[in-house]
Amino acid sequence: MDGLVKNIKSQNGGTVVEVAGEVTLDESPKFHSSLLEIIKDSPERLVIELSEVTHIDSAGVGTLVEVFRRMKASGGRMFLVGLTPRVRGVFEITKLDRFFPILDTVDEALAS
Amino acid sequence: MASADAVISIRDLRKSFPTADGGRITVLHSVTFDVMRGETLVIMGGSGCGKSTLLNCLIGELPIDEGAILYRTNEMEEAVDVTGLREREFNNIRRRMGILFQSGALFNSMTLAENVALPLREHSYVEESIIDIVVTLKLQQVKMLAHRDKMPTQLSGGQKKRAGLARATALDPEILFYDEPSAGLDPVTSTAIDELIMDLSSKLQVTSVVVTHEMDSAFRIADRMVMLDKGRVLRIGPRSDFESIRDADPASLSTADDRLINQFLNGYSDGPLTDAEGMSEFEKLIIGTALSEDRTTA
Repeated sequence: MDGLVKNIKSQNGGTVVEVAGEVTLDESPKFHSSLLEIIKDSPERLVIELSEVTHIDSAGVGTLVEVFRRMKASGGRMFLVGLTPRVRGVFEITKLDRFFPILDTVDEALAS
Repeated sequence: MASADAVISIRDLRKSFPTADGGRITVLHSVTFDVMRGETLVIMGGSGCGKSTLLNCLIGELPIDEGAILYRTNEMEEAVDVTGLREREFNNIRRRMGILFQSGALFNSMTLAENVALPLREHSYVEESIIDIVVTLKLQQVKMLAHRDKMPTQLSGGQKKRAGLARATALDPEILFYDEPSAGLDPVTSTAIDELIMDLSSKLQVTSVVVTHEMDSAFRIADRMVMLDKGRVLRIGPRSDFESIRDADPASLSTADDRLINQFLNGYSDGPLTDAEGMSEFEKLIIGTALSEDRTTA
């Protein structure tokens, strides 16, 4: 793996993507390409694990929303898990926490 | 020497302007203070006190005569004095700043969405679909989403200011400068802007420098406050210090500076702020001498 995506694994019928580092404007184009590659086979359930993400900016959030839209359009579901308080704050300030599926753990996302 | 937790350190800043008679008038005298990471610092003072000049010096719009302005953003290992930097080097630091001008400073030839998208298009290679999402997020934050396809000329002053804030935050700046963010806004919009300033600070650790003379707003958002008078720092301290001075009986305050701050914060028409206004010149013209200055400097 390279860039922000540190690991991809299949688990209980879902695809779990572990992300680490700073998801920012400069990193977003590559991060977006990586996620599009991951969802090209239309997984039913995509879990983005963000506990190792130290910072995310609006472009990073925009990237996740864009992938969320694609997942939804193809009939799949996408979850965000393991958000640190700082990363959660970005979702709160943009009010995305109200309708984005944010859960605490990968297991919760795979069970929901 | 810059403090370790300071994002901006202003040291002995002096700024003067030429006068019509060939002399110079000094508008900032040896201004020194720090802006700490994540705080909201409100700069106050009456008209002509130098607060707008100071703001323009901080953002690099005006060169300074003497002193230093040091910045230390997250990616910098040590503070850098920007007063000697080339334009290109300063622009790297400017990218970490957002500025909300009084008028909103929007481009009239572009829609609101295009105005907000501009910094993203200029500074990144992010796909248009993602830029569109970010623009939506930013306009929603300032409650201007319904106006995204309007031209600035179709908006009220308050709407332009909100849209200006959306553009100022497009690149998620570490430091936001606000020039009179509440001026000309209705109370509801003013409160909404204040709440956004507080949210950016508490949730995203954005450092905010706010120039204002709207006292309700200042006391709502400030962590610390600076009072300028005649280009000098009269007092800098936590909001609670200024609340104590505001709520005190003027007669109980021991220094002329604190009595002046009390008058300013309460908007009293009588007090040291207005006692000397024009009197030196008046006295000179009437009896040929100037009033003695009895004000003690903090």
